[in-house]
Amino acid sequence: MTALFIILAELALGKLGAALGAGLAAIGAGIGIGRIGASAMEAIARQPEAVGDIRTNMIVSAALIEGVAFFAVIICALVIFV
Amino acid sequence: MTRIIRSISIIIFAVFLNTGISRASETKETSDEGKSTERFDAGKFVIEHVSDAFEWHIATVGETEISVPLPIILYSSNKGLNFFMSSRFHHGLEAYNGFRIEHEGKNEGKIVELNEKGEVVSLPIDLSITKTVTGIFVSVIILLLIFLNVAKTAKRRVNQAPAGMQNLFEPIILFVRDDVAKPAIGEKRYEKFMPFLLTVFFFILINNLLGLVPIFPFGANVTGNIAVTMVLALFTFLVTTFSTNKHYWKEIYNPDVPWWLKYPIPLMPIVELTGVITKPFVLMVRLFANMLAGHLIVTVFVSLIFIFAKLMGIEAALGISVISVLFSVFMLILDILVSFIQAYVFTLLSALYFGMASPEHH
Repeated sequence: MTALFIILAELALGKLGAALGAGLAAIGAGIGIGRIGASAMEAIARQPEAVGDIRTNMIVSAALIEGVAFFAVIICALVIFV
Repeated sequence: MTRIIRSISIIIFAVFLNTGISRASETKETSDEGKSTERFDAGKFVIEHVSDAFEWHIATVGETEISVPLPIILYSSNKGLNFFMSSRFHHGLEAYNGFRIEHEGKNEGKIVELNEKGEVVSLPIDLSITKTVTGIFVSVIILLLIFLNVAKTAKRRVNQAPAGMQNLFEPIILFVRDDVAKPAIGEKRYEKFMPFLLTVFFFILINNLLGLVPIFPFGANVTGNIAVTMVLALFTFLVTTFSTNKHYWKEIYNPDVPWWLKYPIPLMPIVELTGVITKPFVLMVRLFANMLAGHLIVTVFVSLIFIFAKLMGIEAALGISVISVLFSVFMLILDILVSFIQAYVFTLLSALYFGMASPEHH
């Protein structure tokens, strides 16, 4: 059993986990901002004169979601480099 | 005319790229003897370019480094106040006056104090003017130049049309007032917060934009340094806390929720308190990560050239440099957009927190 654990530790699964985590964070951000963009396009199509308001709110929401994704990326970078 | 220029540039581009890549593949066997030193350490190169440093490194020509020395100010309990230029360290290789820059181990990157035998004694209080601090000074000088000028012009031309730089900055200032501060804070109380919001917006914007220019004295990665963004978020937190009223704390400690969420285990107060701490923390991480990611990607694309040079010879590096520079320019343009967006989002969220700090009683 300990031999199995030693082999697993040698594989440096921590770095693999960090890389997977960063990828999952990118997927999450992609899905979230994709949905924001989609609904923003739909809203602009329904009411073209509200383009300015919609654009501002879309950018703010995208920045907030990107902030959360960057959290995950920072944690993954910490795992790899510290 | 444009057709000739366009066709000539396409021909040059194609010839350059193809020559580089095809010559690289044929000289792969012979270049093994000619490889001079070890592999190009891309990780170290990239991290050095985006972090803080005790001197401002400009270029490395062959073996000599060209860098601008910066003042080092140390205070240690044994030796008192020390003030000298970082050129005494000779690019971090020698010790001076009992101090040395550590390159490995626990204190990597910091200045340590040595006793007579050369052993590490302690860490002095480090108040040095590092590269990031110099970058802050440069952007502060630019901000003062711009805004003292704009303020003087605005005061002189009270009922006239704006002139000069006022034309550029007055719409932005009015945008921060009308579209960020007034909707978030409310008509009655927004004026008290306007100086802070304007300062934060332009400080972050100018630092972001100057960080993209690769020429000395610009190009210091100021907002990509977590200490700088931590201080900005700390200021937002302090201003929010000092402009609260009783209803704000009531909504945190005693919200209008069913009693079993508050007693015996105060679940809702704990959640609300973590919200109070998390909001400025997220501000800090968002700005830091966005700016750091931009600089990191550009540096990685540029270091691709050196990786190819060490791997496949100088011709491959020349070939790949065309693509690399194009991608870097594209990322830098994207970074300009991100600079504006991040400055705007930081200011907007700060204004929202100020507005939420004094809620009216329903």
